[in-house]
Amino acid sequence: MFKNDKISKIINGKRVIVKKPELLAPAGNLEKLKVAVHYGADAVFIGGQEYGLRSNADNFTLEEMAEGVRFASKYGAKIYVTTNIYAHNENIPGLEEYLQGLQEAGVHGIIVADPLIIETARRVAPKLEVHLSTQQSLTNWKAVQFWKEEGLERVVLARETSAEEIREIKEKVDIEIETFIHGAMCIAYSGRCVLSNHMTARDSNRGGCCQSCRWDYDLYKLEGDKEIPLFDENDDPFAMSPKDLNLIQSIPKMIELGIDSLKIEGRMKSIHYVATVVSVYRKVIDAYCADPDNFVIKKEWLDELDKCANRDTAPAFFEGVPGYKEQMFGVHSKKTTYDFVGLVLDYDKETKMVTLQQRNFFKPGDRVEFFGPEIENFTQVIEKIWDEDGNELDAARHPLQIVRFKVDREVFPYNMMRKGH
Amino acid sequence: MKKPELLVTPTSVAHIEELAQAGANAVLIGEQRYGLRLAGEFGREQIVEAMNVARKHGVKVYVAMNALFHNDKVDELSDYVRFLAEQEVDAIVFGDPAVLMTVREVAPHMKLHWNTETTATNWYACNYWGRKGAKRAVLAREINMEEIIEIKRHAEVEIEVQVHGMTCMFQSKRSLIGNYFEYQGKVMEIEKKKYEKGMFLYDKERDNKYPIFEDENGTHIMSPNDICIIDELEEMIDAEIDSFKIDGILHEPSYITEVTKKYRLAIDLCAEDREKYRQVKGDLLAEIEAIQPAHRPLDTGFFFKETVY
Ligand code: SF4
Repeated sequence: MFKNDKISKIINGKRVIVKKPELLAPAGNLEKLKVAVHYGADAVFIGGQEYGLRSNADNFTLEEMAEGVRFASKYGAKIYVTTNIYAHNENIPGLEEYLQGLQEAGVHGIIVADPLIIETARRVAPKLEVHLSTQQSLTNWKAVQFWKEEGLERVVLARETSAEEIREIKEKVDIEIETFIHGAMCIAYSGRCVLSNHMTARDSNRGGCCQSCRWDYDLYKLEGDKEIPLFDENDDPFAMSPKDLNLIQSIPKMIELGIDSLKIEGRMKSIHYVATVVSVYRKVIDAYCADPDNFVIKKEWLDELDKCANRDTAPAFFEGVPGYKEQMFGVHSKKTTYDFVGLVLDYDKETKMVTLQQRNFFKPGDRVEFFGPEIENFTQVIEKIWDEDGNELDAARHPLQIVRFKVDREVFPYNMMRKGH
Repeated sequence: MKKPELLVTPTSVAHIEELAQAGANAVLIGEQRYGLRLAGEFGREQIVEAMNVARKHGVKVYVAMNALFHNDKVDELSDYVRFLAEQEVDAIVFGDPAVLMTVREVAPHMKLHWNTETTATNWYACNYWGRKGAKRAVLAREINMEEIIEIKRHAEVEIEVQVHGMTCMFQSKRSLIGNYFEYQGKVMEIEKKKYEKGMFLYDKERDNKYPIFEDENGTHIMSPNDICIIDELEEMIDAEIDSFKIDGILHEPSYITEVTKKYRLAIDLCAEDREKYRQVKGDLLAEIEAIQPAHRPLDTGFFFKETVY
C-alpha cells in the first residue's frame, strides 16, 4: 500500500501517523451529539431548523446548537451545521439572520451547496468556515481547484470518486478533503436526483426526498407498440437500492491518502447506532495511526459494526465502480441482530449497582452486553432488577424507566447495554 | 415585443436543416463524452458539418459540455474547447466548474451557458455563475412559473427555460440496467443489451412509465410525461425570457420538427398578435397531442405545481 511520508514520522524507530484525520459523526439531536462526542468523534454535523436536507430529521434550535457547542468544546470537538439545500427564491428572506444565528451559537462551520448560501455566509457570518457539500457532486481536481479559489476551507467529494482519484485531487489541490466512510447513500449523483419531485411533489434538493430509488419497478422494453417485460415470472423486480457504505477496510488507505475528514452518515440514526459506529472507527483510526506498519483489522471491530446494521453494506466507489453485488434486489433491509436496551446513568463501585435508563424491554435472566469508550465489551446475565424506589421488577418494560441491578464489572455514564436476539 | 430564441435539440446534421426551416433559432448538439442526454450524437466531424448548415440558415449552435467529469477527462477538456473555439460555435453549455476553468484558460472569449439542470433554482445562483463568466443560466425544470418570472426579474444573465419535452429525473454513475441483467444471471447479453433503446421502468402505484437508458455517463431515468406549455407562453414572453428550449431526446426527428413548427407559430403570434394566439393556442395544443406517441402523455411539468419539502 501507498505510504505517505507527509503525514507520518519515525519515532523511536517506528513509523507513526502524525496527521490523524478528523472523525466526523452525525447527530439528529442533542443527546446524539453528546453520545457522538463522548464515543470519540472529533467533530459532529447537525441540522438546523431550516436550510438543511433531511427536513424530517430531528433538528436543532439555535439554543440547542449553542449547548451542543459548549458540550463539544469540553472534548475539543467541533460542530458543523448542514445548510445544504438548493434554495428557491422564497428561501432567500431569512437566510442572513439564520446564518448570523449560527455564528452566534458558536458553530465552527457550515456545509453548503448553493452559491447563494456560500456568499451570504461570507458576507454576514464570516467566522463560519464554509465546506462544500457532497450535493455539488464534486468529481475532479479542477472543479476542486475552482472552489479553492473561491476561498472555501474544505470540500466534501462526491461519493462516486475512487481512491486513485482522491489521491490525484489531494496531490494537485491544497484544500481539506472530506469523504464519506459509512452509512446510507444516494444511488444517484447527489443533487442530480428529482425522483421525489416527480413522484410525490416533494423537493429532494430541499430535504423532501422520500427515497423513491428504493422502491421496486418493472423493467420493460418497447418494441413498436408492444411492451416486452425484461424479467421472468420468478425474477425479483428492477431495483436500484444501494447497499449502505462501509469503508472500514479502507481506512488505512484513506489515512495514507491524507484525507482530512472521515464522515459517517446518519442524522436520523439512533444513539446506539452512532455510539457503535463512532467507537469502532475511533479504534481503527487510533490503532492505525499509532502503528501503521503492524496494523491489522480486528474481527471484533467488524462484528461490532454488524451489531447495529439494518442493511447490508459494501465499499462502493472508493474501491472501484460498484456492480450488482453492491445493490439490493428483492430485500430492502435486514433485521438487526442486537437491540439497544439501556443507557448507563451511574455506577456504584461499592455495591456494584448500576443505575440505568431503560431503552427497550429486558428482564432477569437475559444475557446482555455492555460497551463504551472506557470499557472493553463484556456480557453478563442480568439477575434481580429493582425500580428507583427499590421495588423488585419481573421485567424492565416501561420506556425510559430508571432501574437498578448488579453489574460485575465497572461501567460508566453513557455506556450502553444491548441484547442479542 | 422581444421574442425568445427557439432552441431545439436535433438528432442529426440533416435534421438541423429541417429544424431551421421549421423555425428554430438555435440548436444544442454534442457528444456523450462531454454532454448529457443529447437527442443526437455529434462527433467533431458532425460539429463541423452542423456549423456549415447552421450558418447557412442563421441558426446558432451551442455545444454541450455539461457532464460531471472525473479526473480522467479533465486533461482533454482543453483540446475539445479549443476545437469548439476554432469552429466558432456560439456557446458552450457547462455544469462542472472544471469546464469554466478550462474555457478561461484556452478560450476566454467563448460564451458559456450554465446548466446543471436540477440545481439552477434561484436568481442569486444564476447571477453568481454570471459573475464567474456565464452569459446564460438554464433553469431547473422543477421550479414553477412564478419562480421563473422572479428569477428573470433579478437576472443579470440570459435565462433559458425548457418549454417542451422530457426531463431527466435521475442520473447515477452506476450501470443499473447492466447490474440488473447481471443479477438475473443474463450475463452474456449485458454488453449489447444495456445500451438498447426503448427501455422503461413501470411504476405500478402511479401507473407511470419512466424511460431509462445507459451511456458513458451512467444510468439516466426520464420523466413519465412530456412537458408542453405551448398554450401558456404569455407570461414568459411578457417577462422577456431569453430562450425557450424544446428537448427532443428519445423522440423521432419528424416529431421534433412538427413540434418546432408549432412553437414557432405560437411564439410569433403570442409576441405579435396576442388575440390570435389566444384563439389558436388550444388548437396548437390539440395538434401536438395528436402526434404524441402512445406512451408519452403531455403535462405542464412543474410550471403550475407546488412542491413541498
Ligand atoms: S431518491 Fe434515492 S437517489 Fe434520489 S435523492 Fe433520494 S435517496 Fe438519493
